[in-house]
Amino acid sequence: MAEITEKLQMYFQYDIVRNVLIVGVLIAFCSSLLGVTLVLKRYSFIGDGLSHVAFAALSVATITNLSNNMIIVMPVTILAAVLMLRTGQNSRINGDAAIAMISVGSLAIGYMLMNIFSVSSNVSGDVCSTLFGSTSILTLNNSDMIICVVMSVIVLIFFLLFYHKIFAVTFDENFAAATGIKAGVYNTLMAIITAIIIVMAMNLVGSLLISALIIFPTLSAMRVYKNFLSVIICSGVISVVGAVLGIFMSLLNDTPVGATIVSVYIVVFLIFSLCGFCRERA
Amino acid sequence: MSLIECRDVALGYEGRIVVSNLNFKVNTGDYLCIIGENGSGKSTLMKALLGLKKQSEGEIIMGDGLKTNEIGYLPQQTIAQKDFPASVKEIVRSGFLNRMGFRPFYTKQEKRIAYEKMEELGIIDLKTRCFRELSGGQKQRVLLARALCATSKLLILDEPGAGLDPVVTKDMYDLIEELNKKGITIIMVSHDIQAAVTYANKILHVSDTPEFFEDKKSFMSGRIMKNLVSSAEEQ
Repeated sequence: MAEITEKLQMYFQYDIVRNVLIVGVLIAFCSSLLGVTLVLKRYSFIGDGLSHVAFAALSVATITNLSNNMIIVMPVTILAAVLMLRTGQNSRINGDAAIAMISVGSLAIGYMLMNIFSVSSNVSGDVCSTLFGSTSILTLNNSDMIICVVMSVIVLIFFLLFYHKIFAVTFDENFAAATGIKAGVYNTLMAIITAIIIVMAMNLVGSLLISALIIFPTLSAMRVYKNFLSVIICSGVISVVGAVLGIFMSLLNDTPVGATIVSVYIVVFLIFSLCGFCRERA
Repeated sequence: MSLIECRDVALGYEGRIVVSNLNFKVNTGDYLCIIGENGSGKSTLMKALLGLKKQSEGEIIMGDGLKTNEIGYLPQQTIAQKDFPASVKEIVRSGFLNRMGFRPFYTKQEKRIAYEKMEELGIIDLKTRCFRELSGGQKQRVLLARALCATSKLLILDEPGAGLDPVVTKDMYDLIEELNKKGITIIMVSHDIQAAVTYANKILHVSDTPEFFEDKKSFMSGRIMKNLVSSAEEQ
């Protein structure tokens, strides 16, 4: 135990490690807040879809040698998010099919572009790190961290101010709209925030593992808790604890950050499922 | 002046008219039942009354100081609600959102009214229970309590008996009748003609040629009823 504390102390002397911890916790927390509404509205897969769009946008940014990738990645992802959440309601292609189509399509386009206009000698290495985020979190700089903190504060304020409206729109969009809540506006806001969080989260766990951040805390919380407020609070707690544990474990064992966090979430989910099962039996 | 009046209203989607020539009046205290076959435009009309959809032609006039967001609405249950983790209390209170504006929390008075409505509908014991664990009839009562939090004037009900067994459906209809007697105007969309004849005082039959019956007698002696009776006799 003493050995472990010593090793962690050694790591935390470095700014970079502290940044990783702060950013990781914030992103996990924000994704879990959004995750509750996304999962309940049957948009569990939007994280995956949007991160693939972001991947395609990122490959365009890389081959055009832009100084700041975000100029392309952010607007494209936001646009895709709005489109996906919009098409879900009433169109010929329904929500999950639209997400699947955009997701797979942009992944293919991104990989194609990376291969055809290859700028670096190690294409598969680049692709791998964008998808799994294995190294990029260690290259976080201070401005990344500031953006991340600001965004998290915005998400938190959005949830505190509009908590009841978010509940109403998630539970019953028709009723909410009929009683004068602008459901479309909330859906669009939600889409924009989701897109921003996902682009940020790509740095942490990479695009393939973002869905895990959105889905696992919510589903775990839903195993045990039966009202909306408890589910939101519980999934927030799970996501933060899971992220901290995951980052510590990855530092101690030299495992990839994203995959470690997700493994922790899986264990938490199993424990909560067991608790929920026992509770229902009792 | 009537609570809601429709004058020559036509409704449709993307330029295609679904139903036209809708003319009817609903006064305070009325119980209007909107009947018609699937696809006749019943739900479209309901959306227009709720302000979720704009009519293609004609006018929908709200009287007696009624605002669109003061209508209590009992929608049909959605798939998303099947596994939704929400307590009865949370759902009932969400009926107040129409008057909250930017205020992020419920007031004490609103919480008290929510309790009263739950008592009125006999679901106060369920207040901390999870919505998804309730029976069909209990769920409808919860959603009705929410609608009552949103209004004290007009309730629009979309197939309140859908998916319920006959006994529970009857309970539900009795409950709605009670609310109507307390002074709440009811507009019910249903294909249950039996219920329409039993409970409503006005009936609107939506079809290619919509017909509005100001009282039950004219409906009973009308063409629709005759058709029904003769088809029943044939069987």
